Amino acid sequence: MSSALNFVLAVNPVPWARAQMAFTLAFHIVLVPLGVAWGFITLVANWRAIKKDDADALLLAQRWSKYMAVTFAVGAVTGTVLSFEFGLLWPRFMGRFGDAFGIPFAIEGLFFFLEAIFLAVYIYGWKRLKPWPHFWTGVPIVIAGIGGTVSVVAANAWMNEPAGFTLNSAGKVVDVDPWAVIFNKAMPLQSLHMLVAAYLVGGFLVASVYAFGMLRGRRDRYHRLGFLIPFTVAAIAMPIQMLVGDEMARWVFNNEPVKFAAIEMVPKTSTDVPETLFGHLDDKGEVVGGIPIPGLASILSDPADGTSTQIQGLDSFPKDERPTNAQVDVVHLAWDVMVGLGTFLFLLSLWYFASWVFKRRMPKSKLFLWIAAAAGVLSVVTLEAGWVVTEVGRQPWIVRNYMRVEDAATANTGVWVTFVAVVLVYAGLGVTVVLVLRQMSRRWREGDAEAEIDEGGPYGPRPTPSHEEPRAAVDREPVP
Amino acid sequence: MSDVVALILMVGITAYALFGGADFGAGFWDLTAGGTERGRTPRSVIAHSIGPVWEANHVWLIFCLVVLWTAFSEAFASITLTLFVPLSIAALGIVFRGSAFAFRKEVTRTSSQRNFGAAFASSSVIVPFCMGAVAGAIASGRVPAGGKAGDPWSSWINPTSILGGVLAVTVCAYLAAVYMVWDAKRLGDPGMVQYFRRRAIGSAVVTGVIALAGIVVLHDDAIYVFHGLTSRALPLVILSALCGIGSILLLLRSSHTGARLLAMGAVATVVVGWGVAQYPYILPTSMTLSAAAAPDATLWSVVVVFVIAALVILPSLGLLYYLDQRDLLGAPAVEPGLHDHG
Repeated sequence: MSSALNFVLAVNPVPWARAQMAFTLAFHIVLVPLGVAWGFITLVANWRAIKKDDADALLLAQRWSKYMAVTFAVGAVTGTVLSFEFGLLWPRFMGRFGDAFGIPFAIEGLFFFLEAIFLAVYIYGWKRLKPWPHFWTGVPIVIAGIGGTVSVVAANAWMNEPAGFTLNSAGKVVDVDPWAVIFNKAMPLQSLHMLVAAYLVGGFLVASVYAFGMLRGRRDRYHRLGFLIPFTVAAIAMPIQMLVGDEMARWVFNNEPVKFAAIEMVPKTSTDVPETLFGHLDDKGEVVGGIPIPGLASILSDPADGTSTQIQGLDSFPKDERPTNAQVDVVHLAWDVMVGLGTFLFLLSLWYFASWVFKRRMPKSKLFLWIAAAAGVLSVVTLEAGWVVTEVGRQPWIVRNYMRVEDAATANTGVWVTFVAVVLVYAGLGVTVVLVLRQMSRRWREGDAEAEIDEGGPYGPRPTPSHEEPRAAVDREPVP
Repeated sequence: MSDVVALILMVGITAYALFGGADFGAGFWDLTAGGTERGRTPRSVIAHSIGPVWEANHVWLIFCLVVLWTAFSEAFASITLTLFVPLSIAALGIVFRGSAFAFRKEVTRTSSQRNFGAAFASSSVIVPFCMGAVAGAIASGRVPAGGKAGDPWSSWINPTSILGGVLAVTVCAYLAAVYMVWDAKRLGDPGMVQYFRRRAIGSAVVTGVIALAGIVVLHDDAIYVFHGLTSRALPLVILSALCGIGSILLLLRSSHTGARLLAMGAVATVVVGWGVAQYPYILPTSMTLSAAAAPDATLWSVVVVFVIAALVILPSLGLLYYLDQRDLLGAPAVEPGLHDHG
C-alpha cells in the first residue's frame, strides 16, 4: 500500500513548489498594503476626528480599524504559512543560507510583534482608552508596518544581490557579516519601492470602495471623507513611486543585466534598443509582434548617452544562467503591465491634484469616480506585476549566482497535494474575506441597531468612563 | 554561543506554549462546549478571553521559526524535510483557526457563526496535536541530520509523537481552563468560574495521567530523552509534577491567582525539561546544537535582536496584558454619533 501511495505521489516537486510559493505569496501580497498603509490612513482619520471634533472621521476610523482586524488576522496567518513554506518547500535553500537570509527576518519578527500588540490595543481600545492616548497606541502600528516591510524586502533583495557571507570549499556558509546582509546593494531602492507601493495600493484600494459608494448615490460627507483620506495618500505616493521606479529600473540596468534584458526583451546586445510594448520571443529567441518605440529603451537606461546606450542582450549570458524564453515573455509582459498601469494611475493622481489646484475640490465627474473605483483593483494588478518582474526575472536562481531554484527545493514528492489543498483553502479564504467585509459594511449601512451595538462581552453594562456615552456600554456578544 | 541562542529558542518555545498554547486550548473548550444554546456562555467567555491577545501570542511561533532557521538552519531544514506532512497540516490549521476566529466575531447570522466556530475550534485541536507530534518526532530521534529525509509517515505517527500530540492538546486545554477561571471571575460570572474550574481540574488530572504513561512510552521509544529526563532534567520533571499537583489543590481551594502561576510553572518546566533532556543535541542523536549553529556573527545578531525584543516587546506585551486584564480593551465601538472622542 505504501509503495502504491508513493507511486501516486511521485511527482517532481520543483514546479509544484514554485507554484505553491508563487500562489501563496501572490495572495499574501494583497493583504500587505492593507496591513502596512491602512493603519496610517486610519490614524489620519482619527487625528482629524479628535482635532476637529469630526464625527464622520471618527466613524470612519473606528470602522476601518474593525476591517483591519479582519484583514490583519488573515495577513498574519497567511504570512505564517510563508514562514512554514520556507522550510517545507525550500529546505535546501534554508539549510544552506538560513544563516544569512534569516537575519532580516529576525528583525522583521520584532516589528511583527510590535504591530500585533499595538493593533490589538488600538482596535480594542476605542471604548475605554482616552482619545489621545488611544491615538498614540496606533502610531507603533505605522512604524512597525514600515520597519517590517523594509526588513522583509531586505531579505528578498538579498536573494537578488547576495552579500555578507563567505562560503567554504564545501559550499557551507562559514562567516557572516549581518550588516552587509541587511544592507545589500538591492535593499535601499527595492525596500523603498515596495513601501511606497504598499501606501499607494492601500490608499487606492480603500478609496475605491467609497468611490463605488458615491457612484451608487451615497454622496454624503461620510463617503466623501472615506474617499478623500485614502485617495490623497495614494495620490501623494504615486508621483514618488514614479521617481523611485525610474531609479530602480536604472539600478537594475546597471546591476542585474540579465533581468534587465528580460524586462526590455532584448535578445542581442546592441545600442539604440527600442522599447517594445508587448510582443514575445519565438523559438529562435527573436522578438515577435509588439509595438517598438525606436531607441526608447536605450534612452531611458541612460539619458546621458541617449540612443547610443548599449544594453546587454540575453545572448550574452549562458543559456542555463538566464530565464527561459517563456519566462522572459512573462517578465516582459509583467513589466509592461506594471509600467502601463502605474503611469495610468499617475495620470489619475494628476487629474485629482489639478482639480484641487484649479477648482478647490475633488473631480466630480462620473468618469473620474469610475476610474477611481477601478483603481483599487488596478493598483493590486500593478503590484502583482512588479513582484512577478523581480521574481521571475531572477530565474533560474533562488540566490542569484549561488543557488538554483531546483537545487533549493524539497525532495518531497507530495508537494502537488499540498498545492491543491492550499489553492482550495485560499480560494475559500479569499471569497470569505470579501463576503465578511461586505457583510460588515452592509450591516453598518443599514444601521441595524442590534448589530451596531458592539460586542465587548456578554456581561451587560460595565463601569462607564466619563468620556463615554452610556449606550455604548450595552455590550452584546454574538457567539454561536 | 550556540547554547545562548538555544536558550533564547527555549524561551520562545516556552512562551508560545504558555500563551499561544492557551489560545489553542480555548479552542478545545469551544469545541466541547456543546450545542448553540448550551455553549453560548462559555463560548462568549472564550471569545472575550483570547480576542485581544491571540495574534500577539501567535507571534511567538514566528519568533521560534525565525530563531531556528537563522541560528540552526541545518536543523530547520532537516525538520521541515522529514516532517513535511504534519507541518503542512499545522500551517493550514493555523490559517483556519486565525481567520475563522476573526470572521466569527464579525458575522451575525447564527449559522455562519457556527460554521466559523467549528473551523476555529477543530483546527485549535489539530494544530497543537501536529506541533506535539513534531516535538515527539524530534525527541525520539526520527529526524535525521545531513539533508536526507526521514520516513514521511512513521516519523510522526509513532508512540512518542502521539504522546507529544495528545500531551500538547491536553496541556493547552489545561492552561486555557485555568486562565479562563480567572477571566470568568473578572467578568463576574460565578457559574462560569465553576464551569472552567471543573474543567481545569479535570484536564490537569488527565494531563498528569498521560504524562505518567508517557514515561513508559519514552523509555521504549525515545531512550536518549528518557535518560535525560531521569537524570539531569529530573529536578525540572519533579518541579513540574509538584506545580501541577499544587495548581489542582489551589483550584480546589479557589485560590485562582496561585493556581494560574503554578499551572504556568508546570508547563514551563516540562518544556524546558525537554530541552535540557536532549541537550546537547538539537536533533537527538544525529546533530548537536554546536554542529547546527550558524557562524558567530549570525548568532550575535539573534542575541542582539532578542535583547532589543526584551527591551521593547516585553513592556509592550505587558501593556497589552495589563490593559486587557484591567478590562480596558473592549471591542471597538462602532456607532454613529458616538462622540467618545470629544
